[in-house]
Amino acid sequence: MERNPQLNANGELQHLLSTEGLPREILTQILDTAESFAGVTEREVKKVPILRGKSVFNLFFEPSTRTRTTFEIAAKRLSADVINLNIAVSSASKGESLLDTVANLSAMQADIFIVRHSASGAPFLIARHVKPHEHVINAGDGRHAHPTQGLLDLFTIRHYKKDFSALTVAIVGDVLHSRVARSLIHGLTTLGAPEVRVIAPQTLLPAGVEAMGVRVFHDMREGLRGADVVVMLRLQNERMRGALLPSAQEFFKNYGLTSEKLSLAKRDAIVMHPGPMNRGVEIDSTVADGPHSVILPQVTFGIAVRMAVMSIVAGN
Amino acid sequence: MKLPEAEKLCEQLARELKPLIGPQTAMVGLYTGGAWLAERLHKLLAIKTPLGLMDIAFYRDDYAARGLKHDPKRTKIPFDVNGSELLLVDDVLYSGRTVRAAMNELFDYGRPASISLVVLADRGGRQLPICAQYCGARVEVPAGKRLRLTRGDDGKLALVLETEHGA
Repeated sequence: MERNPQLNANGELQHLLSTEGLPREILTQILDTAESFAGVTEREVKKVPILRGKSVFNLFFEPSTRTRTTFEIAAKRLSADVINLNIAVSSASKGESLLDTVANLSAMQADIFIVRHSASGAPFLIARHVKPHEHVINAGDGRHAHPTQGLLDLFTIRHYKKDFSALTVAIVGDVLHSRVARSLIHGLTTLGAPEVRVIAPQTLLPAGVEAMGVRVFHDMREGLRGADVVVMLRLQNERMRGALLPSAQEFFKNYGLTSEKLSLAKRDAIVMHPGPMNRGVEIDSTVADGPHSVILPQVTFGIAVRMAVMSIVAGN
Repeated sequence: MKLPEAEKLCEQLARELKPLIGPQTAMVGLYTGGAWLAERLHKLLAIKTPLGLMDIAFYRDDYAARGLKHDPKRTKIPFDVNGSELLLVDDVLYSGRTVRAAMNELFDYGRPASISLVVLADRGGRQLPICAQYCGARVEVPAGKRLRLTRGDDGKLALVLETEHGA
């Protein structure tokens, strides 16, 4: 059997490329370690010396503000040196290949590559070619995976709901283009969440989505009934090619989260969103800013989760 | 080989520390054994400031060789470290590296007025210039063995010798 490309010979996490195929123990290790780092981020000195002398290269071949920034903050709080490369406007546009770019950065003594790329699988390609002491963390590849976002969603859910064993989680919106949804679904099923639902029109669901262990709903009201956790996805305008939807207004009417629809979920349900939000398209402002919303805590937890992932991979 | 009784050492330490406890006294225990001992001493000494618990995983000096192998516990320091007279508590003092890491972490919380080290057992073998101000007992440990504090289901503390991994 071919080894999971994320794990070393001892079964330890060497790269984080996807939540898919990661054993439960490793997911739990990341979440538990993040819990300790959450304490660090609340202190006066928000820094620990663990990655002193290590270099973290942020390689963003696709624009991102939040993810890049939270990786940068996380690396700095681990005392690593951070180098941000906006590849979209540099070497790649001059025709350099992906592996040549990485080989050049490797020659500058990199320890961790944080990679975002519009092509699914790009971080896997890099991970296959880096030196043994170098580590790759996927910060979002095409429609495929966004594992640190999936992990911070899992961390948020565990923070508010304590465990996964009795949870109903409803994921709503553009599942087709969402690497966030995919990463979260794999994590939830591995950690034993008994009911994971996806709620979307047929045109925004990937073919064979049921095989991921989810229940499909086209009617949002039906799908939200009794949910403990509601995860709203962004309607990805920039990924929409062709007419999958009649209009944003039409989408909001059927799949936008309003207080009235949220009232069908459990009374203590939490509402999550990976950001950036399109208010009035997938989520109403009264919900986004309301008492069920944990959207901003998600961002804070994201730093601790990324600290955990970097400190675990760099030590293996 | 007979090991000293941890319960007796604990009471002895409490008697020794009693006269020192003042309004600025605060206590921090190091996971896991030191935290158990600190919980006990904190209660016996009726220290007013809440107990701090610390996991030094992010400050260890062997991360490059070992990585983050166990899931660290969350450090909780529920008092202002600035100006406090700290009693730092661990179960067994050996190389001194854990104490070095603990002091570094403490200073990221503030500047204590003083730090005193309290340990249940000192097994010698120091690799750093660190010593315990309050020590329950000196224990000879055979090569390849590790001295460790355990806590039973009844809450009783006991010292045990274990074979060291990789020894």
